[in-house]
Amino acid sequence: MKRIVILGAGTAGTMMANHLKHELDLKLWEIDIIDEREEHHYQPGYLFLPFDIYSPEDIIKPIKDFIPKGVRLLQEHIERIDGENSIVVLSNGDHLHYDVLIIATGSKIAPEEVDGMAGSEWKKSVFDFYTFEGALALRDKLRTWEGGHLVVHITEMPIKCPVAPLEFAFLADSFFKNKKMRDKVKITYVTPLSGAFTKKKAAEAFGHLLAEKGIEEVDDFAIMEVNNAEKKIVDYGGKEVPFDLLVTVPTNKGDAVLERSGLGDDLNFVPTHKATLQSNQFENIFVIGDASNIPASKAGSVAHFEAEILTENILRYIQGEPLKAEFDGHANCFVETGNGKALLIDFNYTHEPVEGTFPFPGVGPLRLLKESRMNHMGKLAFRWIYWNMLLKGTPIPFVSTKMSEAGKNFD
Amino acid sequence: MEKTIAGFTFDVNEEGFLTNFSQWNKEIGTALATEQNISLTPKHWEVIDYIQQEVKHQSPLTIRKIGKSGVTDIKEFYALFPNAPLKTATKIAGVPKPVGCI
Repeated sequence: MKRIVILGAGTAGTMMANHLKHELDLKLWEIDIIDEREEHHYQPGYLFLPFDIYSPEDIIKPIKDFIPKGVRLLQEHIERIDGENSIVVLSNGDHLHYDVLIIATGSKIAPEEVDGMAGSEWKKSVFDFYTFEGALALRDKLRTWEGGHLVVHITEMPIKCPVAPLEFAFLADSFFKNKKMRDKVKITYVTPLSGAFTKKKAAEAFGHLLAEKGIEEVDDFAIMEVNNAEKKIVDYGGKEVPFDLLVTVPTNKGDAVLERSGLGDDLNFVPTHKATLQSNQFENIFVIGDASNIPASKAGSVAHFEAEILTENILRYIQGEPLKAEFDGHANCFVETGNGKALLIDFNYTHEPVEGTFPFPGVGPLRLLKESRMNHMGKLAFRWIYWNMLLKGTPIPFVSTKMSEAGKNFD
Repeated sequence: MEKTIAGFTFDVNEEGFLTNFSQWNKEIGTALATEQNISLTPKHWEVIDYIQQEVKHQSPLTIRKIGKSGVTDIKEFYALFPNAPLKTATKIAGVPKPVGCI
């Protein structure tokens, strides 16, 4: 009996368990998935929690409900990966030998990376919304906040879901308008990038939206510290932004187990081949989702597209065939822009997001890089798709693994 | 497009970054720095050399990485190349603007 071990039962790991269960002969292969947590969180929902749009029940379900029969779920803490000997060591002392290992341990916030961020104002006037606890604490804060200077801030790239902080700023604008207190709130968007987004066309579109909503933008801000006493953030160049309420996206890092195992880079992300998803260090280790260092967005849609290619590559690997190098970096993200509208971006390693129609060229019904109500409906429908199709590895109709260039207005 | 500076003509993109590193030399670097009101000291050249080596080895550049390089720390990097140090330093070094990521 051979064994394939998946580390992490989040979006990517759960999808892989479902794919492999269908593809492997379970008389020959044991599939194990290891995650110490009991709950699966719909992470895109964290964005809506602070604004009372979603409640906790909308975004939490038991992990075990999504692990298929025939796959063994181990709810244990992972102590270390011994890549030389192909062994996973668990905190309960068990040694688990694997023939193939899939790392799907995701990324986490590390506020301690910046001086003062996790300081005396943490969860008082300094919040994150990348954790369930953070989003919930921020919801409670916003329910009674009387206004002032709201600063939405990104510490450094890469971060999970790079559009989420923009969405937060847009939704905050709507939220305060609806509460009839927008005039009492100044919103500033502070980013380490030179524009509102990493890709030029999208940065322009987002920049216009920020301006339209009266949100000030501060670019090229590399944070040095959060000054808790004076309630301001300070960058290495000496720039300062005062705040009454700071909503920050702290440094994102891979799981600490990768550091303990000597498998991560300086941010604990695993050096990975960007097209085959094989780790650079060991040929029987593969990496999917946020845990890798590939230059693609850290997003559920990316993990979804990766999962189809990784499944194929793992089948090739165990048959001794050469891997098919074909992940193109495809990402497809709805971006909430407030007031019941959203826009959609679709891009990959080589093509930046542009305007056009999706998924049917020339028809839509979704519009790329343009605000519409239909896109917003798409974003809300996505939660259903996530729980009922995406995690189970069911292909999403009309959305291909490789990015399509049809229906898009490239220059 | 082409740009001529200090008597050298070379190819740049719309943001002024060299598109062909083989056309770069130290005189061009010095002239590009002057455009940014920076006069290059030996420390600047050490950082530029580090950046060029990293790019040669296809290793992604970040401010964090330069801070941990041992060549300089982030504070000094900002003092050497004010405002947007990574962008400024890579432009002077004749290498592509870091993708910053995604």
